[in-house]
Amino acid sequence: MNIDKKIVDDLVANDVSFVTTVPCKQLAGVIDEVENRDEIFHIPSNKEDEGMGLCAGAFMGGKRPMIIMQNTALGVTLNTLATLTQFYRMPLPMLISYRGELREPVACQVEMAVHTKALLAQLNIPTYHFHWQKDVEEFDNILKYTFMSNKPVAILTDANFWGGYGDQ
Amino acid sequence: MIRSEILKEIAPILNPHLVVCNIGLPSQELHMIDDNERNFYMLGTMGLSSSIGFGLALAQDKPVISIDGDGSVLTNLGTLPTIANNATGNYTLLIIDNGSYGSTGDQPTYAGKKTSLTAVAKACGCDNVIEVQDKDLGPVLQDAIDSDEMTIIVCKCDSGNIKLPVITLDPVVIRHRFMEAVAS
Repeated sequence: MNIDKKIVDDLVANDVSFVTTVPCKQLAGVIDEVENRDEIFHIPSNKEDEGMGLCAGAFMGGKRPMIIMQNTALGVTLNTLATLTQFYRMPLPMLISYRGELREPVACQVEMAVHTKALLAQLNIPTYHFHWQKDVEEFDNILKYTFMSNKPVAILTDANFWGGYGDQ
Repeated sequence: MIRSEILKEIAPILNPHLVVCNIGLPSQELHMIDDNERNFYMLGTMGLSSSIGFGLALAQDKPVISIDGDGSVLTNLGTLPTIANNATGNYTLLIIDNGSYGSTGDQPTYAGKKTSLTAVAKACGCDNVIEVQDKDLGPVLQDAIDSDEMTIIVCKCDSGNIKLPVITLDPVVIRHRFMEAVAS
C-alpha cells in the first residue's frame, strides 16, 4: 500500500481541497502527492500558526482545509488553536509527523515528543496515533469525524508508520 | 489622523465587502463605526488577520480586505512571502501603520523606527505595494478593491486610541453570520 496516495485519496474523497504544509522529512511523500493533485490547492506556509490562519479563512470561504505539519511546532500553534480554531468552532484536521517517537534517530526531537500528547490532551483536541501502516485505514473516518464535530483533530504519524529512516 | 478616524472615513468603502479585521481596538472601532455581517472580528490570535483574509480570498471570488496593523504584521512577517507567491486579485491587505502597538498602550514598534513594511513587502515579492498617508487613503483603497491586482497598502498615520468597549458578540455568531455573507 502506498500510504501517501491513500492519505491524499481520502482527502479528495472527503472534499478537502485546501491544504497548507510546513515540511518534515517524514512528510515529503505526502506533500508531493498533495502538490500533484488537481483537486487540491496546496499552499506552503512559513509557520504553522500562519497556516492555521489560512485554513480558517479557507473554511469560511467554503473550502474544507487541512494542515500538514511537524509536532515540534505544536507549541507555536497553541494560541491559534485556542483563540481561533476552537473559539470560533472551526474544523481542522492536522496531519502531524510525530518526531521523537520509536525509530527516531535525532535525540533532540524526543524533547517535544514527550510533551506532544499532553499538550493536545490539555487542549481537549481529539488525537489519533498512527504507528502501523494499517492504521491509515482509519484516516477516512477521522476526516469525517473532524468535519462533523467542527473541531481541530490531530493525527500523529510516527517514524514506524512512515517506514523508518532507512540506514540512519 | 489616528486609526479610528481613518476607519470612520473608509467605512463606506469597506461596507459592501468582506473585511477581516485585526484583534483589539481595530475590531472594536470597526464594530462601533459600522457593524455588519460582512465584518469578521478577530477576538484573539494577534498577527493572523492577513492570513485569515488571504485564505478566504483564495477560497472564493469576492473581494476581501484584511485590516492589519504594523505590530501585527511584524508578529507574522512570514505572511508576506506567502501572499506574494500566491497572489490573488481579489485580495487587499491594508496595514494601518501607526508605528505603535495601539491596543496595548502605544508601545513603539520597529515599523515606527528603522523598519519599512513597504520595503519589506516589496522585498518579499509583493508586486503592488503602495505607501500612503492617512488623509489620502480613501481613493487608494477604492482603486485597490476595484483592481484585478492584489494590493498591499501601508497607510502611515498617527498613534492614538479612543476609549470604547470590548466586543461581546459570541465568536460563533460572528463566524456564522460572516459565512452566510460570504455565501450570499
